[in-house]
Amino acid sequence: MKTVEEIKAAIESAVPDARVDVVPNPSVSGQHSLLVAPETAVAVTTFLRDDEELSLDFLSNATGVDWLDREVAEKVKVTRTVMKTVDGVETQVEETVEETQKRVVPGYLEAVYHLFSVAKGHGPVVIRMRTVNRTDQVQLPSLTPVWRSAEFQEREIFDLFGIVYTGHPDLRRLLMWDEFKDHPMRRDYVEPDDFEYEPTAHDEVLKRAQEHAARVAAQTGAGQEGAGA
Amino acid sequence: MSVSGFVQEKDKREGWNRPPVMEPDGEADLLEVAMGPHHPSTHGVFRMDVALDGERVIRLKPVFGYLHRNHEKLGEGMSYLGSMPFTDRLDYMCPLTNNWAYALAVEKLTGQEVPERAEYLRVILGELTRVVNHASAIGFLIQEMGASGTPLMYAFKQREKILDLFEALTGARMMVNYMRFGGCRVDATPAWLAAVRKVLDGLPQFADEFENLLTGNEILMARSQGVGILRPELAVNAGVTGPMLRASGINYDIRKVDGYSIYNRFKFRVPLGEHWDVYDRFMIRLLEMRESFGIIDQALKGIPAGPIMDPKAKLRGFRPKPGEAYGRIEAPKGELGFYLISDGGPNPYRYRIRPPSLINLTVLEDMCLGSNVADVVLIFGSVDIVLGEVDR
Repeated sequence: MKTVEEIKAAIESAVPDARVDVVPNPSVSGQHSLLVAPETAVAVTTFLRDDEELSLDFLSNATGVDWLDREVAEKVKVTRTVMKTVDGVETQVEETVEETQKRVVPGYLEAVYHLFSVAKGHGPVVIRMRTVNRTDQVQLPSLTPVWRSAEFQEREIFDLFGIVYTGHPDLRRLLMWDEFKDHPMRRDYVEPDDFEYEPTAHDEVLKRAQEHAARVAAQTGAGQEGAGA
Repeated sequence: MSVSGFVQEKDKREGWNRPPVMEPDGEADLLEVAMGPHHPSTHGVFRMDVALDGERVIRLKPVFGYLHRNHEKLGEGMSYLGSMPFTDRLDYMCPLTNNWAYALAVEKLTGQEVPERAEYLRVILGELTRVVNHASAIGFLIQEMGASGTPLMYAFKQREKILDLFEALTGARMMVNYMRFGGCRVDATPAWLAAVRKVLDGLPQFADEFENLLTGNEILMARSQGVGILRPELAVNAGVTGPMLRASGINYDIRKVDGYSIYNRFKFRVPLGEHWDVYDRFMIRLLEMRESFGIIDQALKGIPAGPIMDPKAKLRGFRPKPGEAYGRIEAPKGELGFYLISDGGPNPYRYRIRPPSLINLTVLEDMCLGSNVADVVLIFGSVDIVLGEVDR
């Protein structure tokens, strides 16, 4: 099978304005992946499916990954003007210092697809797509028109991670119920405070239930009934 | 490569891989039926919202999530080894193959070697699991056809014998928690291997009995032949795997394609369907069971003495280097894969299960449209799912 670099070259020669980057995988598994720009993703993946040599006709696994904002410490050379006393006279001196600066790399949501070829028996080829951020620009193009097996898996990603797929024929929640608001697989997901449903609260759960009841009472102003009381 | 017999049909029509939109005949009102979540044929809690024009299915939407416990989130919150017992609960009919797939993915991530003897034990247990699964799947399928009990009890009689073997080795019938990264948890005694041989010797007779009882049965043939046809090009495009895919005539068995573990040492054939219907799916499972007997026999003859754990394997304080890996096996229901991302910590950063049962259900609507409502139960049974894995 072709290496990721060769696949990248093949994509770039077949799809003119495709932007593809290789994401190396430091693990011993050696499954490097291709980062595909969302704008051309459908054209690129259609090429991967229909190309004679690759014929990646089988999309096995589609999943999401949530990458939070992270701080990266970088060493930067900074030139500063410092007042120094040289030979008893106070003068301005330029001084270059190496300083550790912290930079926040914005987080994003990532969709990962594992492709195999049934016709040729090779794989996996891993492709990834990234959203712009984690909050409002979370659209990615759906690959369901290319591979039907993405249908339920993209619904699951939408449900649990909150990636909104454009072009998906039936984008609804898959596992959580329709009225549910949040996306449970996100790293910063907080469990809802719903201990009033606990029928036989005891110990720590009772404590939390009482705290919850107090909170609800403070919010509504009434609060005659307390859970677990 | 060894994969052949399948030429991809390049269908360029827009939406060729979507289920067709069906219209009712005439002015008739549609009847909407919610089959499940407590329908006896749904193998657990699963719902199909079906729209019927008389007896004919016009629309079918599966509804999931009744057994959802966010297994993947739980996996992110505990150590790598901590997830091993939880994998038993995915497809609870075949816990050993779930263990195996997870162990394989972690071994890919860390590059651990598995000793010979452990590989042989894995193969023996994996194939016994396949026998258990296929026998029960056929039993349940026939049960849904209306034969209450008899074939299912035939299957369960053998299942009990095999589960006794699992219990003797691992301490549990179903929640086995047996495999480890780089080997297995406990070694098999010679007495246990002799017991496997004894059970194995009885299995071909069971398969003959089962086949004589069922294959030529007129009711089974009338109900299942030509029902629930799945075209091969759609099966591949929709990611269908396992006996379902092979019943559609596509030669794709991960044991042959990847040759993972030591499967390239064993001689076995891959049965393929010709008619792509429910009967083929039933027949493929019977034939695969017989191939499994052969593999177990070869493994029992070839099993060497030696350690069952990689001596360098680290169970406590296990922290793989940063990176990711996707490992997959041919589980009895299809391709079971685990996708792991490590950030160097003791817990996986991302722990994803590729469930064959869920993805095989993608084509359920396509197979059911236009058939009678009684056949929906049958087609659904021929997919062979376990809800523990579908909803995770």
